[in-house]
Amino acid sequence: MSEVSLTVNGRRVSASVEDRTLLVHFLREHVGLTGTHVGCDTSQCGACVVHVDGKAVKSCSMLAAQASGSDVMTIEGLANGGDLHPVQAAFKEHHGLQCGFCTPGMIMTTVDMIARHPEGLDEATVRAELEGNICRCTGYHNIVKAVLAASKTMSKASKGKAKKAA
Amino acid sequence: MGIEGVGARVSRKEDKRFITGAGRYVDDMVVPGMKHAMFVRSPHAHAQIKKIDVKAAQAMPGVIGVLTGKELKADGIGNLICGWMIHSKDGSPMKMGAWSPLAVDKVRYVGDAVVVVVADTKAQARDAAEAVEITYKELKAVTDASKAMDKGAPQIHPEAENNLIFDWDLGNADETAAAFKKAAHVVKMDVINNRLVPNAMEPRAALGHYDKAEDHYTCWTTSQNPHVARLVMSAFYNVAPENKLRVIAPDVGGGFGSKIYIYPEEIVCLWASKKTGVPVKWVADRTESFLTDAHGRDHHTHAEMAFDKDHKILGFKVETKANLGAYMSLFSSATPTYLYATLLSGQYDIPAIHANVKAIYTNTAPVDAYRGAGRPEAAYLIERMMEVSARQFGVSPAELRRKNFIKSFPHQTPVIMCYDAGDFATSLDTAMKGADYAGFEKRREKAKKAGKLRGMGFSCYIEACGIAPSAAVGSLGAGVGLWESAEVRVNAVGTIEVLTGSHSHGQGHETTFAQLVAQRLSVPLDSISIVHGDTDKVQMGMGTYGSRSGAVGMSAIVKALDKVEAKAKKIAAHLMEADEADIVIENGALKVAGTDKNVPWFQMALAAYTAHNLPGGMEPGLKETAFYDPANFTFPAGCYICEVEIDPDTGQTDIVQFVAADDFGNIINPMIVEGQVHGGVTQGIGQAILEGANYDASGQLLTASYMDYTMPRAGDVPSYKLSTSNTPSPSNPLGIKGCGEAGAIGAPPAVINAITDAIGTENLTMPATPQKVWAAIRSAKH
Amino acid sequence: MYSVNYHRAASVADAAKLAKGDAKLVSGGMTLIPAMKTRLAAPSDLVDISRIDALKGIKVSGKTVTIGAATTHYEVATSDKLAKACPALSHLASMIGDPAVRHRGTIGGSIANNDPAADYPAAMLALGATIVTNKRQIAAEKFFKGLFETALKDGEIVTAVTFTAPAKAAYEKFRNPASRYAIVGVFVAKGADGVRVAVTGAGDDGVFRSRELETALAKQFDAAALTSAKVPARALMTDMHASADYRAHLIVVMARRAVAAANA
Ligand SMILES: Cc1cc2nc3c(=O)[nH]c(=O)nc-3n(C[C@H](O)[C@H](O)[C@H](O)COP(=O)(O)OP(=O)(O)OC[C@H]3O[C@@H](n4cnc5c(N)ncnc54)[C@H](O)[C@@H]3O)c2cc1C
Ligand code: FES
Ligand code: FES
Repeated sequence: MSEVSLTVNGRRVSASVEDRTLLVHFLREHVGLTGTHVGCDTSQCGACVVHVDGKAVKSCSMLAAQASGSDVMTIEGLANGGDLHPVQAAFKEHHGLQCGFCTPGMIMTTVDMIARHPEGLDEATVRAELEGNICRCTGYHNIVKAVLAASKTMSKASKGKAKKAA
Repeated sequence: MGIEGVGARVSRKEDKRFITGAGRYVDDMVVPGMKHAMFVRSPHAHAQIKKIDVKAAQAMPGVIGVLTGKELKADGIGNLICGWMIHSKDGSPMKMGAWSPLAVDKVRYVGDAVVVVVADTKAQARDAAEAVEITYKELKAVTDASKAMDKGAPQIHPEAENNLIFDWDLGNADETAAAFKKAAHVVKMDVINNRLVPNAMEPRAALGHYDKAEDHYTCWTTSQNPHVARLVMSAFYNVAPENKLRVIAPDVGGGFGSKIYIYPEEIVCLWASKKTGVPVKWVADRTESFLTDAHGRDHHTHAEMAFDKDHKILGFKVETKANLGAYMSLFSSATPTYLYATLLSGQYDIPAIHANVKAIYTNTAPVDAYRGAGRPEAAYLIERMMEVSARQFGVSPAELRRKNFIKSFPHQTPVIMCYDAGDFATSLDTAMKGADYAGFEKRREKAKKAGKLRGMGFSCYIEACGIAPSAAVGSLGAGVGLWESAEVRVNAVGTIEVLTGSHSHGQGHETTFAQLVAQRLSVPLDSISIVHGDTDKVQMGMGTYGSRSGAVGMSAIVKALDKVEAKAKKIAAHLMEADEADIVIENGALKVAGTDKNVPWFQMALAAYTAHNLPGGMEPGLKETAFYDPANFTFPAGCYICEVEIDPDTGQTDIVQFVAADDFGNIINPMIVEGQVHGGVTQGIGQAILEGANYDASGQLLTASYMDYTMPRAGDVPSYKLSTSNTPSPSNPLGIKGCGEAGAIGAPPAVINAITDAIGTENLTMPATPQKVWAAIRSAKH
Repeated sequence: MYSVNYHRAASVADAAKLAKGDAKLVSGGMTLIPAMKTRLAAPSDLVDISRIDALKGIKVSGKTVTIGAATTHYEVATSDKLAKACPALSHLASMIGDPAVRHRGTIGGSIANNDPAADYPAAMLALGATIVTNKRQIAAEKFFKGLFETALKDGEIVTAVTFTAPAKAAYEKFRNPASRYAIVGVFVAKGADGVRVAVTGAGDDGVFRSRELETALAKQFDAAALTSAKVPARALMTDMHASADYRAHLIVVMARRAVAAANA
């Protein structure tokens, strides 16, 4: 057994779990956050993507014990109170989801992608960056639209902030 | 109406929970005391079970029960069935072999469930499953339908001699033979429609809970049609009588057909819950899904088309071998027959058609309806045939099609279907314009200079949706009626609940159905809730598949709304002492037309429930139920044009543009319709160039994970150019045709026609992987 | 996954002490954890080396490049230092898996695993890299030994890789459409001691150097030099996705493109 202790969406959580417990199962079964999904056995679908210490990772391919001491953010921690994160809002506005199963992973991947591309994104980059996230419903068309739109909104917002600061 | 009614691009009501991680899927359900199931599955494609030893497994940590098929049979649990009777051309009924939820003496495909282990945790159940010892005697296996009827092929079920389930005919053989005698040209081809794995991103799951005190069962399951699941589990599998069985399909992460069927696992979870005294949850691994979800397609077809000297089609002859896998899944017999051969006329005026379909058992996963179901197989055949014929005749593929289009409606085809409306030429023109057909040769030249091969392919598909008129399908062998139900409940404060037998697993019913109600009753979208997926809440319904929820499900809502509206107007007229015929519903109120007299909607609703002042003899309350049985199928159709660029050095295909011009009839929410087309087309492109389930000769599935089965990813497909030009369906009150499957039906031939155009050879099978395209280019050169 | 005991190593010495018997090192875990999930790997213990600072980071001094074993693919792909010293390697790292995999997976794990379809082994071989372990230094040539086999002894830990920056280099990869690993990956490098061409994804005994292509390119480091080049299909893999013939052909195509990119 391992004593796992980490921050999830800003809240400290500790539990004693079997060492073989995957982070995704820790989140779903021990913390009760079921927004993070499991869609494959081979680390390829991305339904399980969360952020560990600010980086997108596949929570199905990491032990909870490996993440002990880290700061984890899941889809449940993204919205700021009642306000949707701009990426969540963009997925809704552009119909970037249908059954919703891939959606948490898509959104977490997108937030990370936009953070790594402050200069902005184009369609080809977005499609390449979505390599590790499979969606069976949307055909990606509207996901790509949503990502591009969110990236625009967020770079505008950060430019706005920068201006204010200056 | 304005921003929220029919025709508006309303963003979805259901999105909020999905984008915040608050969706509730079966695997998210937790019941106190819940334990976990793991199935022990056959590693062999065909074998006799000699011995099952569960002792070691029972002694493993955390194990609560290890149960076998013998025990299941002893408890009277029935075999799985196929619910659509097909008769062979000699009049004999189809030959259905027995399918026990847990195999008893024989296994027939890799993945066949044999034993179930229930333990405290999933990991413990898996540990114990490995400790179950099963002794098999391996038998020879056959996986290819075109070989399963050969002499010496292994016999899979005693009931089906030579593995032949049925040998079925449609159309007129004599007339077709006569047409071929008159032909100036006959074009022949052999076509394989590749086997696919549906791959909804949410793996199948079931949670069975037996409540001993109440002697009552609850089953949470990933189902597209919970009521059908309850009906079948109760009537045929003897799990429990209907009133003792509640089936709940909560949020479901995609279905595409694969979640229509009742599988062994939900039956076993319910039975095991009673047997072990604990709620039992099972969630498939992805590899389990690959092995055991019903697969799609897998046809081998020989086809011949007869033309006169002016290239008018005279006749069409089709012989298909359909691989149904190791067992007959719930609707497996309907897919290669009434959902396939009835569409073989395509968009064309074909005087004579004859089709023969042989359904065949093999040692592979069961095959059933997958997005499109039968219609993609028909469309691929016809649209490849049209393109290849045009190339052989040296005429334009577009013009050959145009010449043969059906131009007046209704049109009775020689294969049962009577098309009620359509405008095929308009879709073709729209697509050609959208694809800049005129500029294609220039683009091809430019590509050539860059060392690339560019090609363009057409597909003018038609399909039958809105399934289906109950009497018609009944006469063709269906075990159920395909009507739909709705209940509209207006609450005392005027808010509305709509209970529908349709089930949404991505289609956005919570929004589109509400749009319909908002439009009719002039109430805000937010005051309308759509309830579905729970047999305790919703009256009997038939579920969602075959693009039927709009055409059939919403039509049922319309019928219930008719009744609600009539009663509401009566109440309002009574309250305002006006004539009921003068009442109109506008801006949230019932008004006397041409005056400013009105009663707000909520006041009318309150009046219905206080019942202090109702018209004489009227029952209190405002709640109406309706069942809608469609008069005909609907016939969505359209034209897809695909343009590809191929790297001849690697065989890599790049889809450079994909244009869809569809006719879906009337549209409730264009945003959602577009989403359906995007998804469908992507699955169609997947079938054409990426996806294929591949068994080796011994029956091992080689493509049992995403490492080997290619799922379309964002980088494999382009953004799409869509448009619709719609002719309303005359067959339902909303004029809706349905859009859920069109993309998957229309896309594959467009893609393959484009690739074969680019590489200059027809010698190519789906999926046209880089390796195959490269090899085809090479063989064409040599 | 079978039961396992997890340990987090504080230092390389600590890791070496813990990595005994049926224990296995875990770095990024992007290969090992999936293998454990499907029960293809069943170590008794996992020794996590991913948080050991001494194993991390990229150093460039003069022409010598050193990359710590626990450096992630993401760090290699986005390193400013590498962008100058050996952009081909950054480019290679940027094509491994997907962003989430690159955030965790490490160069040490990749080469220790020596998957016949992995990308890094081709780079190591073509760059003539040296693999540094807690015990010794091993030339790449001697390190990679067939499918999933390396010269590492039980418990031996890769601590870094080091190589001399090439004058020109490039990597071209033709992906398996499903797994996205290489069906054929070709790394070409032109350095002080000549031209090296290493091929991954294709060999039936893992990564290898193509003498045919090296000979052709030694004369003239130009894509045109490979116009009529041929690689024998004899020792190449055949699987569902690609026959040996197809792979043989792709090797030349990818090599041509790599040379063109290196010269660009
Ligand atoms: C979805 C997906 C896609 C991928 N695509 C690609 C791809 O396209 N190309 C590619 O090359 N790879 C790919 N990979 C594999 C990925 O690059 C892995 O990160 C890499 O192969 C292993 O590195 P790791 O740090 O994750 O090692 P781990 O998984 O932690 O370990 C792998 C093996 O190496 C051993 N090991 C680890 N570190 C050391 C060390 N320092 N010394 C000695 N032994 C050690 C471990 O004991 C284990 O046996 C993919 C992986 C996934 C999940
Ligand atoms: S569940 Fe993690 S990648 Fe599929
Ligand atoms: S929305 Fe269903 S899988 Fe992406």
